[in-house]
Amino acid sequence: MKSAAFAYHAPAAVGEAAALLAAHGERARVLAGGQSLVPLMHRRIERPEHLVDLNRVAGLDRLEAGPEGLRIGATARQRQVESDPAVAARWPLLAEAIAEVAHPAIRNRGTVVGSLCNADPSAELPSAALALEGTIVAAGADGEREIPLADFFTGPGETALSRSELALELRLPAPPPRTGSAWLELARRGGDLPVAGVAAVVSLDADGRCERVRLVCANAAPVPLDCRFQAEALLGAAVDEEGAAAVGAAVAAAAGPVDDYQGSAVERRRVLAVLVRRALLLAAERAGGRS
Amino acid sequence: MSEPGRISIELTVNGEAHRGEVEPRTTLADFLREELRLTGTHVGCEDGFCGACTVHLDGASARSCLLYAVQAAGREVRTVESLAGPDGELHPLQEAFRRNHGLQCGFCTPGMLMSALELVESRAGGDPPDEGEIRAAIAGNICRCTGYQGIVEAISEALDDRAGTAE
Ligand SMILES: Cc1cc2nc3c(=O)[nH]c(=O)nc-3n(C[C@H](O)[C@H](O)[C@H](O)COP(=O)(O)OP(=O)(O)OC[C@H]3O[C@@H](n4cnc5c(N)ncnc54)[C@H](O)[C@@H]3O)c2cc1C
Ligand code: FES
Ligand code: FES
Repeated sequence: MKSAAFAYHAPAAVGEAAALLAAHGERARVLAGGQSLVPLMHRRIERPEHLVDLNRVAGLDRLEAGPEGLRIGATARQRQVESDPAVAARWPLLAEAIAEVAHPAIRNRGTVVGSLCNADPSAELPSAALALEGTIVAAGADGEREIPLADFFTGPGETALSRSELALELRLPAPPPRTGSAWLELARRGGDLPVAGVAAVVSLDADGRCERVRLVCANAAPVPLDCRFQAEALLGAAVDEEGAAAVGAAVAAAAGPVDDYQGSAVERRRVLAVLVRRALLLAAERAGGRS
Repeated sequence: MSEPGRISIELTVNGEAHRGEVEPRTTLADFLREELRLTGTHVGCEDGFCGACTVHLDGASARSCLLYAVQAAGREVRTVESLAGPDGELHPLQEAFRRNHGLQCGFCTPGMLMSALELVESRAGGDPPDEGEIRAAIAGNICRCTGYQGIVEAISEALDDRAGTAE
């Protein structure tokens, strides 16, 4: 189908984009890569009267890695981030998760920030970015504010952004030393949204004991499921099969996955238990200290 | 002056400057096919899933059904029509598809070619990709006819030929 008619705006600056959103509120939508929004507009599930295209806002495609962390602008493409050497070296979880998103032509257009704003609980990037303790910088008519991802996802397709705000960038802190990570998912076909997915980040102390752990599951709840509480049972010891399997079992019990055509809730819990165990072991191994 | 609700755009398609007047909701795919009469770009699902509408925008493959034509203003679009020479001689990639039975009905072929082209051009001079990489490059392009084997062989042969001529 074809999109319903709308007025098209291509602001050149952030202030102009924020003013358009302030003026049109609920009747406007932000267009980033368009890989989720445009299909919804063609199907007329979304019928904005105003479309605010961020693609001509100067500087929003920035991708900057520095000592304090990584900044990914709102129009930085998934493909650009995935193939960046600094991302591969310091935030490999992100590159690994992006590689599972759709296909090359979709990633050439789709943005990392757009995937977070889209807030699909089954998608890779919301879970991966939450495990990396990201923060969204949002801009509205009254200026900018920072929203930690822990407070950002409020429901399927819903975020803490108001309709008059846009997300300017994602910030990821620099990971501590001796940190390893893993993104694992089960999907029906490569490039499909996962039946279930797991992001694990493990940091070890000098003696190879788990010092810090982050674990987030995709498609396990209406929002990316933060399983840090379950994973912290691993603190203070080497990450081994038994410990990782126990966390997997605890996560499967805590998860509230959906029952749909891609998999039943029972199947998803089983898959989660396995993926969590494998992801924790792999992350610990990559951190350099699997005993 | 453009009619109310319509926007004038200028863009480059296959190296030629074009101008047009579009409604904001007109997709790039429909603009190419209906205004410029470049009907090589096919439209299947209009949903991003089938890949038949794949073109290159500023050198990167993109779904033309998920781009509004206004977004291509001032940019460079390349379609399947750019591949064959002026007298109709086939591009090496098209030639390889022909030799390896990489198409039957041909509906998916323009998108397949444009996805494969991105792989071939990005690998010029580098290591030839293995079969897994070739399959990943076209995984977003659906073919109901061939079973993909001939397509993968065609792309593989085009990559080998490139490597051969580069020596
Ligand atoms: C065939 C196909 C397969 C796909 N497979 C996957 C997959 O396996 N995994 C996956 O995760 N995704 C998948 N996707 C979705 C794709 O990854 C999208 O790129 C992503 O979900 C959204 O990013 P975008 O930049 O395209 O956002 P858009 O489509 O432009 O926007 C998505 C939503 O976020 C809002 N938004 C975007 N940017 C901002 C901003 N800066 N500020 C405020 N609001 C904003 C928009 O208003 C809209 O509501 C697939 C898409 C297609 C077409
Ligand atoms: S028509 Fe564009 S992907 Fe199917
Ligand atoms: S040749 Fe018929 S769809 Fe591919």
